[in-house]
Amino acid sequence: MVELNDDIGEKKRIELWTMLLKLRLVEKKAYDLFLQNLVKGTSHLALGQEAIGSAFGVALEKKDFTFCTYRGHAHTLSRGASMEGVLGELMGRECGLMRGKGGSMHLTDVKNGVMGSYAIVGAHIPIANGTAWASQYNNTGAVTTCFFGDGTTNIGAFHEALNMAKIWKLPVVFICENNFYMEYTPIRQVTSVENPAADRASAYNMEKIIVDGNDADEMYRIAKITIDKARRGDGPSLIEAITYRHSGHSRADPAKYRPKEESEEWIKNRDPIKIYRKRLIEFGIKESKILSIENSIKDQVEKATAICKKSPDPKIDLIHTDLWSNGGSEWHN
Amino acid sequence: MAQLTYREAVSLSIAQCMRKDDKVVFLGEDVGAAGGVFKATVGLLEEFGPKRVRDTPISEQAILGATMGAAMVGLRPIAEIMFSDFLAVCWDLIANEIAKTRYMSDGQISLPLVVRTGNGAGSKFGAQHSQSLENWSMAVPGLKVVAPSNPKDVIGLMTSAVADPDPVIFYEHKSLYPMKEEVIDTNFTIPLGEANLLHKGNDACIISLGLMAQRSLEAAIVLKEKHNISVTVIDLRCLVPLDLQSIKREVKKSGIIFTVEENPRLCGWGAEISSIIVEQCFDQLKTPIIRITTPHIPIPSADILENNTIPSTELIIETLANKLKKI
Repeated sequence: MVELNDDIGEKKRIELWTMLLKLRLVEKKAYDLFLQNLVKGTSHLALGQEAIGSAFGVALEKKDFTFCTYRGHAHTLSRGASMEGVLGELMGRECGLMRGKGGSMHLTDVKNGVMGSYAIVGAHIPIANGTAWASQYNNTGAVTTCFFGDGTTNIGAFHEALNMAKIWKLPVVFICENNFYMEYTPIRQVTSVENPAADRASAYNMEKIIVDGNDADEMYRIAKITIDKARRGDGPSLIEAITYRHSGHSRADPAKYRPKEESEEWIKNRDPIKIYRKRLIEFGIKESKILSIENSIKDQVEKATAICKKSPDPKIDLIHTDLWSNGGSEWHN
Repeated sequence: MAQLTYREAVSLSIAQCMRKDDKVVFLGEDVGAAGGVFKATVGLLEEFGPKRVRDTPISEQAILGATMGAAMVGLRPIAEIMFSDFLAVCWDLIANEIAKTRYMSDGQISLPLVVRTGNGAGSKFGAQHSQSLENWSMAVPGLKVVAPSNPKDVIGLMTSAVADPDPVIFYEHKSLYPMKEEVIDTNFTIPLGEANLLHKGNDACIISLGLMAQRSLEAAIVLKEKHNISVTVIDLRCLVPLDLQSIKREVKKSGIIFTVEENPRLCGWGAEISSIIVEQCFDQLKTPIIRITTPHIPIPSADILENNTIPSTELIIETLANKLKKI
């Protein structure tokens, strides 16, 4: 019999399972709503990558900050944003997190520490340094986390920000979700190193960290280690989490550029939800408990969807609000 | 305080803001130990220490990212982008992130920050260190745009910019750094969006800002003395918010309007102002608006070439004298 490492414990495992399901089922609902033409514009789903955001969501404290990319629904939810806030924003409804002013790629929920989702690749990495700098300056102990994809490691802002984070010893954790494809192109084909983030770490005097991004336990362990390090004042970390998108880059992409055997292998055998369900059973958690959590989340998603469908369009006056702090958008007297 | 230069006004006003509010921090390339390449931030590191005055790597995106992130959670950062030309390498942070985040987040995020930058020609630095780029930021919703023309205005406008709850791009003119002025009291503010009448007259009005405001003032004095033409000179000081009322008042008074702009011709700030005047005050115009600008070319380097590229005092005098002779 294999000896099981129960460093995580049942309580945290249940939290992780709940979070994984929340992220998975909301993303699936977002996809369904597309098909019903209730979500306009573009959308980038994190289906298959949920273990990464889930683990950090469970590991972070309320006061911490999170920066997401345009593939940010999951990370936003992981910090406690409401399902109707996220789905409502995708649907352009009054109940959306930003009442339709931002859309799918810009989810922001400051009260839950989500400091924005950024649609210009790499732009948010230097910005994450800023909240980390303020936390260091004010000695608040808050940690900043910043998620991005493998493609981001080839843009200048990534390199500028990593260097500054290290020299300023900022309390920030950078998490690269390597799903092997920068949009439609294999990352290996356009990158000088095997591991796009981890192999660059040494250039910034950081540790090389590669982790199985589809194993929520592994992700949780590395999240704890790096968050604790940042909180202690021992500076930034760069994590490369290996994962795989179940769907295309965006709603317009059927992902035909990926070999069928490859995507089948990841979806069938390396799905973070399937892996974790098996894990829970290995640790003696009852099937009925696992199912009851699943049913409860399904129920929450349906309720949130109903709220969104009933929510009105945002008021048209909203167009001219909040360019400035006085609430308006005037540019002359 | 007696004579104060424009560059001293920069460090003095930053220091006053930092003394008042410990949320004010300052960062940029060579700004601390070196006191800035234009010596406009001398003494700040010594007074406030490296926690509040931070020398950065040559990483403009990292500078503005840190600035924006810090402002998001309550600091009031002042960033220096050494030459305004370098805004091009971090324009994503300015135009896509800093300018839009408050709006996109439905007001969840405020960005009380100032980006100071050395702007304009006159130093024979060539095309990549001499541009006047205030019109770039004027074209992006969400940015306040300030360009002081004298030491007093540097103090008053910097104080307002740092206290402002929204992002301000603060264009300091490199050729004005040595300009001296008598400044008695340094504790005052000038509201953003309030133009200044540098010279009063009845025959015509020049609208300008930055170095061009000073040249327009020189021109106005000569026009009065040698040509008996009396000209109002409006120093806009801010492009956003824009003091449209002062402009309209002058259109009504003389009906003869000139803009003097250091930016290249196409889409310079004067084009927008001319368009507003034509839309709103067409009946009061006695003659078409004349825009005096840099030609639509990059700035050349040699003395004689640069001097003949950006609008000179002589060109302003000549243009106004010729035009007013014909009316």
